Amino acid sequence: MTTIEARNLVKRYSVRGARGQKLLALNDVSFTLEAGKTVALVGQSGSGKSTLAKILLQLERPTSGQVLLDGAPAASRGRALRDYRSAVQMVFQDPFASLNPFHSIEHHLARPLLIHHRARSGAQVQAGVRRLLERVGLEPAMLTRRPHELSGGERQRVAIARALAPSPRVLIADEPVSMLDVSIRLDVLNLLSQLQREENLAILYITHDLATARHFSDEILVMLKGEIVERGPADDVILNPKHDYTRLLMEAAPNPERRLSGR
Amino acid sequence: MTSVLAQDPATAALAGKTTGTRQLLPSMTPKLAAGLIVAAAIILFGVLGPFLVQDPTAISNVALSGPTGAHLLGTTQTGQDVLAQLAFATRGSLIIGAVVGALAIVLSAFFGIVGSYAGGWIDESFSLFTNVVLVIPGLPLVIIISSYIPQKSLLLVAGVLAITSWAGGARVLRAITLSLRSRDYVAASKVAGERTWRIVLVEIFPNLVPILASQLVFAIIFAILGEAGLSFLGLGASGSLTWGTMLFYAQNGLALRLGAWWWFIPPGLLIALFGAALSLINFSIDEVVNPKLRDQTRSVRKRWSLTKPQLRPLDKEDVR
Amino acid sequence: MISRHEKNPVLTVEDFSVDYMVENPVHAVRDVSFSLGRGEILGLAGESGCGKSTLAYGITRLLKPPAVVTSGSVVFHSREGYAIDIGALEGDDLRAFRWSRISIVFQGAMNSLNPVINIRAQLEDIFTTHRPEIGKKERRELCGDLLERVGVDRSRLRSFPHELSGGMRQRVMIAMAMALDPQVMIMDEPTTALDVVVQREILREITRLREELGFAVIFITHDLPLLLEISDRIAVMRNGEIVELGEAADLYLHPKHDYTKQLLSSFPSLTGARGDFVRTGIEKGPRT
Repeated sequence: MTTIEARNLVKRYSVRGARGQKLLALNDVSFTLEAGKTVALVGQSGSGKSTLAKILLQLERPTSGQVLLDGAPAASRGRALRDYRSAVQMVFQDPFASLNPFHSIEHHLARPLLIHHRARSGAQVQAGVRRLLERVGLEPAMLTRRPHELSGGERQRVAIARALAPSPRVLIADEPVSMLDVSIRLDVLNLLSQLQREENLAILYITHDLATARHFSDEILVMLKGEIVERGPADDVILNPKHDYTRLLMEAAPNPERRLSGR
Repeated sequence: MTSVLAQDPATAALAGKTTGTRQLLPSMTPKLAAGLIVAAAIILFGVLGPFLVQDPTAISNVALSGPTGAHLLGTTQTGQDVLAQLAFATRGSLIIGAVVGALAIVLSAFFGIVGSYAGGWIDESFSLFTNVVLVIPGLPLVIIISSYIPQKSLLLVAGVLAITSWAGGARVLRAITLSLRSRDYVAASKVAGERTWRIVLVEIFPNLVPILASQLVFAIIFAILGEAGLSFLGLGASGSLTWGTMLFYAQNGLALRLGAWWWFIPPGLLIALFGAALSLINFSIDEVVNPKLRDQTRSVRKRWSLTKPQLRPLDKEDVR
Repeated sequence: MISRHEKNPVLTVEDFSVDYMVENPVHAVRDVSFSLGRGEILGLAGESGCGKSTLAYGITRLLKPPAVVTSGSVVFHSREGYAIDIGALEGDDLRAFRWSRISIVFQGAMNSLNPVINIRAQLEDIFTTHRPEIGKKERRELCGDLLERVGVDRSRLRSFPHELSGGMRQRVMIAMAMALDPQVMIMDEPTTALDVVVQREILREITRLREELGFAVIFITHDLPLLLEISDRIAVMRNGEIVELGEAADLYLHPKHDYTKQLLSSFPSLTGARGDFVRTGIEKGPRT
């Protein structure tokens, strides 16, 4: 069952001062996300993956092409947009930048609950934010703290809790662990997997790290210069790459087994 | 590594604080204490003084005399009590400072923040308007207005000063808002479904409060000094009593030539003291905004457990 | 069997400690000891805050107050056979020592190039400072040679930093670090901000240059799989201490310290069986 579909997305940016020159960030990109499945979008910087995320979240409009939610074109204004927003959420890359340093954790979690009417009274909000913290493995004592008082891993968990507040069906995770300490990355990724199972989420996992892409996703899309050059089941793409660029990525990724497993 | 603009003013402010309560306030240092005490004393004088002194406009026969028991700061050319005049002048100048400060901040905030967050043609037009106002010379404008309205009220002078002082602050606010607008937490608010006006008010505005506080203090200093200058030139609110008009009358009454120091030194001294006190407060606010100023000041370094020879390399790097 | 780094060390660090003497002093580096073999690649692995960068800066005398070296020594053993106590160098001796014996490529180095000066001027700067006796024409030749050695075309001498890609800028930084033919190069996260493909190219350059010129490398990063691929030995740092130090293969196959095991288990295996981590058979218990 397809939850969200990107159809022939094209995005052109006009480059300032370059006499009408345009930058083609996305070139005819199409794919689908299904409930309960994780799709990894692998690409290096400049491949267009951030642009794709922004379009899926309606932070930018595509030059042409469509995004369809449950088969219907995504709304772009008014109440319909708010409904779309409650269904499609994002976890940002930088755990420090994605939380407002001025506000408490409670504010960050309460706002989406109120906006999407998941809670109406003060008591409901209180119960709601506590539940959210519990689901990501944090203590209720965190509610009164501010982002700078939390560690990177804790902040990212708060970001995940915030994304869960409107009970979304699609979660876009843009490099969710690349700015975290190495020893807690897998914990956060495992948390996302667990939440996916519990909520039957469709997850788009954007990353440049092939190893975690393979480990945590069902399908992998490889992006190069705004196009999807290879797609397929995770193991297939990693162990049996067909496109030259995928082979190049595989060869370039650190792989100690190549050197050391012979001994 | 990061510039002041690249870092959130609020992040910088909160970075050093470990408690959960809102600690956006600068930490108490001797500098800040001195500034606050002097400013508070002058404000107190301006608020309560007029109730405790004689009538400043009462003419008497004791003209141009030095400090005595009856007139603690002497008298003017027309026998008016200088101390009484000083108290009312303090009140007048403080009113100008407050009104101009408030007006300038509101205008800066509107043209700086709202315009740049909206983007597009609104941003372009607000920015153009700001730049034009910035370039208009203030003094000639005031002179022109003076020639049309010879009898100016305190509020009119305040208005003119406000109109000529908001543009610089608006530019700074615009630059910072543009940088904040592209922050992840603003995008996260949008994705969460927050409405635009709430994003500006609740997410962006609180992070601008330290900058606005600094601009407010600066606007007040500018207003008082500007009004003093205008009045001294005879372009101010000639009917009211302010520090500047006192100096104007003192100048006209040949106080300097006749050696009547008690007439022109007190208002001048108060202008200098109040300006200095506000500047000290502003330095402390700057420390909140710019962590480099906070973590590496001499007073902070004294608290490190290092000996003088170990600190010398840092002292050498200080800008002299 | 005496290992290479003991027989022919180029750098000996003994009981080295660095404290940040702020109001509540922080022990950034605690009693670190190791020796670096001539021409060896030593990987220094650890997460943020473990003290690896402080250690690197401490070794090269780049620390500023409130950071202070509180104990230990760093001794450099030159090719000619004599030993230099780096801690005791002062003034001109220190300036002469820096960059010509030990050089350092900083974290985020590719953003440290002066944006308003072209590449040639920045490279020539090194020679005018340290080798003033070299003539103008020869200097220009040397700069061109340097660039070609790191795989950048000589014609790029005339370019400005913003005209080069991130990978090229990093190569320029490495060229600058190599300019005076140092015997030790310290690299602090040199490839972290780069694409995986560019990263692989840079690593190839470094290993190739090491073969050619014989310098030793201390490679600091949190990316343990990367170190496992290119290092001879690896030191794992946590909380200012080296918790484990050994040959790369040993560390990979028989890690001794719990933290090493924890680090190894944080990297999923790219080509192994699905669900395996880099180090198979490691139990993943609950962590914070």
